[in-house]
Amino acid sequence: MPAMFANIASNYEEAVAVILFCIGFCMLLFSRNLLKKVIGLDIMDTGVFLLLADRGYITGRAVPIITDGVTDMAHYINPIPAGLVLTGIVVSVSVSALMLSLTVRIYKTYRTLDMDKLYLMISNRRKGGRA
Amino acid sequence: MKKIDKDSLLGLWLTGDLNLTDRLYTDPLPHPEETEKYQPGHDRKTAVRVTRCFQRVYTVCAALLCMVFAAVMLLTVANLPPYGADDAPTVNEVAERYVEKGTEETGAVNTVAGMILDYRAFDTLGESFVLFTAMCAVTVLMNLRGKHRRLRVETETVDYHADPIVRTMCKFVIPVILVFGIYILLNGHLSPGGGFSGGAILASAFIIFAMVWGEERASRTIRVPVIKGVTLCALGFYALSKTYSFFTGANHLHSIISPGVPGRILSAGLILPLNVAVGFVVCCTMYSFYMYFRRGEL
Repeated sequence: MPAMFANIASNYEEAVAVILFCIGFCMLLFSRNLLKKVIGLDIMDTGVFLLLADRGYITGRAVPIITDGVTDMAHYINPIPAGLVLTGIVVSVSVSALMLSLTVRIYKTYRTLDMDKLYLMISNRRKGGRA
Repeated sequence: MKKIDKDSLLGLWLTGDLNLTDRLYTDPLPHPEETEKYQPGHDRKTAVRVTRCFQRVYTVCAALLCMVFAAVMLLTVANLPPYGADDAPTVNEVAERYVEKGTEETGAVNTVAGMILDYRAFDTLGESFVLFTAMCAVTVLMNLRGKHRRLRVETETVDYHADPIVRTMCKFVIPVILVFGIYILLNGHLSPGGGFSGGAILASAFIIFAMVWGEERASRTIRVPVIKGVTLCALGFYALSKTYSFFTGANHLHSIISPGVPGRILSAGLILPLNVAVGFVVCCTMYSFYMYFRRGEL
């Protein structure tokens, strides 16, 4: 079905954003290190921001800063995705800081950031607690 | 029953007196689990095996999930309207209204600033509170005062202050960064920028200061009560002033805050003070994140 993929060439920036998102997602799923998982989530965030910023762009139009008194929508790009990206960046920073501080606490308690070792340690501790 | 060793068993067999069925019924082999003592290694081996097995299944499932995800999203991208199209469904009457009436109603030349600090100001208040909540959570998790102080990891830090090049350059660069941050902060309604970017730039200047002059000097210059007070005052000011404008707007009362002449620095009603408040919150939050991750306290 060539009609289905008609826009993949013109939407290459969105495709890059999706690939970036998938790289972050793979990192989140396959990395055994908690710190790398946090980095993967940040890469995912970046992909989402790129997608949103791309969706707001309209060819041949200016930024929505009205300096010459022209208030016609036909001259400006879409301002809404910019606001959404702003919100997203703030939330992403907060979430990263929270996750990093949790990672620091985990490292201080268990002295490792490896998921498998943590899993073994926590399951052993739970068994010891019950017995 | 008495134990029979190998030699006597051989003798019995040679003389033909060996009755195997007798022995089979009288001396059953003990079940291995009854005699074996509890071994810590046994449990661990099982756990490792279970984990390995789980890991294999997990990897296959995760790879499948990733591929399905990527395929679905690439398919979606292929079906989106072309990049930069002006007839995309996202360019609708909401965006049109913001652009065409924004300057007139809010007084802000920058439509994005007018949108996020006037039409959607409560959304931005929520964002500021997200930052504040994250700061509180990091404080709870990272604070090393009191009983957790013994957990502190002593790390070797580089003494940048002893380096004449770094020190001189920072003395020159930090005021420039501060002035640039204040410019971005105050011109949020006129040009690209605003509270979030300006606050981040201001925070970067403070972070460079703390990095070069050391944490002790930094916490003496930028004291903890100041950071807390500025954050709380900025958030409180934001909430109260926006409540006022919401009250006057929703009840059709006369508001004393006028949008002013668009394009002037003192215009756009509440947007300029709200930008400054957001900038202070962002600056204090970023600086506190840095200090908490660096030394475990402000």
